[in-house]
Amino acid sequence: MERYYQPEIETASREQITAWQSERLVRQVRHVWDNVPCYRKKMEEKGITPDDIHGVEDLHKLPFVTKADLRDQYPYGLLAVPLNDCVRIHSTSGTTGKRVVAYYTQEDVDLWEDCCARALTAAGATEEDVCQVAYGYGLFTGGAGLHGGSHKVGCLTLPMSSGNTERQIMFMRDLKSTILCCTPSYAAYLGETMKEMGLTPDEIPLKAGIFGAEAWSEEMRRDIEKTLGIKAYDIYGLTELSGPGVAFECSAQNGMHINEDHFIAEIIDPETGEPLPDGEQGELVFTSLTKKAFPLLRYRTRDVCVLNRGKCSCGRTHVRMAKPRGRTDDMLIIRGVNVFPSQIETVLINLGYGANYQIIVDRVNHTDTLDVHVEMTPEMFTDNMGEIAARQKKIVEGLRSMLGLAAKVTLVAPKSIVRSEGKAVRVIDNRKI
Amino acid sequence: MSVKQISVFLENKPGALLGMTRVLAEQNIDMRAFSLAETSDFGIARIIVNDVAKTTAVLQEAGFVHNVTPVIAVAVSNTPGGLNRALTALSEASVNVEYMYAFVGGREESAYMIFRVADNEKAAAALHAAGIRLAEQEEIATL
Repeated sequence: MERYYQPEIETASREQITAWQSERLVRQVRHVWDNVPCYRKKMEEKGITPDDIHGVEDLHKLPFVTKADLRDQYPYGLLAVPLNDCVRIHSTSGTTGKRVVAYYTQEDVDLWEDCCARALTAAGATEEDVCQVAYGYGLFTGGAGLHGGSHKVGCLTLPMSSGNTERQIMFMRDLKSTILCCTPSYAAYLGETMKEMGLTPDEIPLKAGIFGAEAWSEEMRRDIEKTLGIKAYDIYGLTELSGPGVAFECSAQNGMHINEDHFIAEIIDPETGEPLPDGEQGELVFTSLTKKAFPLLRYRTRDVCVLNRGKCSCGRTHVRMAKPRGRTDDMLIIRGVNVFPSQIETVLINLGYGANYQIIVDRVNHTDTLDVHVEMTPEMFTDNMGEIAARQKKIVEGLRSMLGLAAKVTLVAPKSIVRSEGKAVRVIDNRKI
Repeated sequence: MSVKQISVFLENKPGALLGMTRVLAEQNIDMRAFSLAETSDFGIARIIVNDVAKTTAVLQEAGFVHNVTPVIAVAVSNTPGGLNRALTALSEASVNVEYMYAFVGGREESAYMIFRVADNEKAAAALHAAGIRLAEQEEIATL
C-alpha cells in the first residue's frame, strides 16, 4: 500500500494541478513584477507585463533566468520580500565556482520541508523510523531540508551531518537508524567502511536511503543497495529553488516526481531556448510557484534530462523527470565529444569496479587526453599480469564504446582516491585553455 | 605439495614498494623469496614468507590489495642442470609455466624454484616422477 504525505495533492487530477499552476503563476508573476526590479526590466525588454500572463499556457512568454543573472544580482538583487520577512539563508556549494545565495521566509521553509517529507514518505518513512541525516548541515541545503522533512514525517531525527564515518556507522547500529539521507558517494563510502569494520548489512537495521545532490548512475544505485542492504531512492533539488525535494523517487524507482504544485517544469533546447515536446531530452527549466522570498521564473538549471508524463504505478500524478545525465556544468568536452562523468561510472560499475574513480583531463600537443584512474579491488586482482592487463583493456574498450573516445586507464592503489563526505570530486581538468 | 605465494598490487611510483616492505619489516615478517613484475603504471610483488596468515592480516590492515595463490616449490640441487631437469619434466608433461623465479635456500644442497602453473597436481606428479623433490610450506617457513 503506497503511502503519501499529502495524498490529496500528490494524487490530484491533471486538471486540478493545472488549475493550481495557472493561479499561482499569475500571482507569482505579479509578485516579482512588483518587487524585483531586474525581473520587471527583463519583462519590459520582452514587451510583456503581468497582464499578458493568464495561466501556464503563457509561461513561454516569460524571460529565462540564468545562473549568470543570479551571480549578477548577488546578494540582494532577486530578493522579493523585505529582508525582515526572511528567516533563513542557504547557499550553493559553489561546485561550479559561482556561489548563489538564496533567502527563505518561514512559509518558504515550511513548504520546502513538506516537499522533503513527501520524499521521505515515498521512501517508506513513518513516525516509527529513525532517520539519520548525514548530509552536511550549514549553508548547504541537504542537511536542513531532509532534517525538516524528517521532523514533519515524525521520524526520530539523527542530525549527524557528514563526516566522522565510523561514528556514523556506530550510531546507525546502536540507535537503529532505518533511513539514511546523504550524497550517493558518501553512502558508497559508508558501505565500504562498514565492510572494513566487519559489519554485514544484516547487522544494520537500515531499510532505505535518500541520496541526492550529485549525479549518480543506476549501477551505483545497485551497488549501494547491495552493500548497505537497502532500497536507494533518488532525490533532486537546487538551492536556487529551495533545496532537495523539488523532485523525488517513489516505490516504482522509475523517475522522480516533480512537486508540480510548487514548480512548473519545462524541457528546452539549450541552444535555441525553445520548449521541446514531452519525451525529448533537453535542459530542465523550473518556475517556482509558491516561493515568496526568492522566486525564480523559468530558471535554467543546466541539468539535462527527459520528462515523463506517463501514469506511475505508485498512484502519484505529478510528472516524472529522468535521472539527469549530469549538469551541463559537469559535462566535459573532450576532443569535441560530450562526456558526463556518470557515463564513465556506468562502465566501471558494470565491469565490477567500485564508484571510486577520478577523471583527469589534460591537453598535450593541442590534443585532449582522458585518463581515468580506477582503484584496484580485491575482487579484480589476480597474481597474473596478463589477466590484469586484459581487464584494464576491457575498461578501455568499455569507455570507447560508451564515449567514442580512446581513454587511458590507470589502475591505482585502493583508497588512493580521496573520499568525499559531501559531493565527490570526480574530475580534474588540467587543460589550460 | 604446494606452497602459498602472496601477490600484492603496487602502483608503479616512487615509494610504493617501500610502503609494503615497511609494514612487513615492522611486523617482523621474513620474506623467503621475492619477485616483481611490472608495467609502466602498476606492478605485482610476489612473495613467499615465513608466516602466511600473519602477512595477509598485516597487508589487509594496511590496505594492500593482495591474494594468495598455491605455487609449486621445487628443491633443486644448487649445481648446473638443476633447473633444466625440472623444466624438462614439466615440458614432457605439457605443463605450461606462467612465470617462475628462484631463490637460494638455507640448506647446503638446495636452491628453490617457484613455478606458477595452471595445474599444480599435474606439475607435481610430473616432477615427482622425474625424482625431483618438492618443498612443502613448513620447509619454506623454517628455512
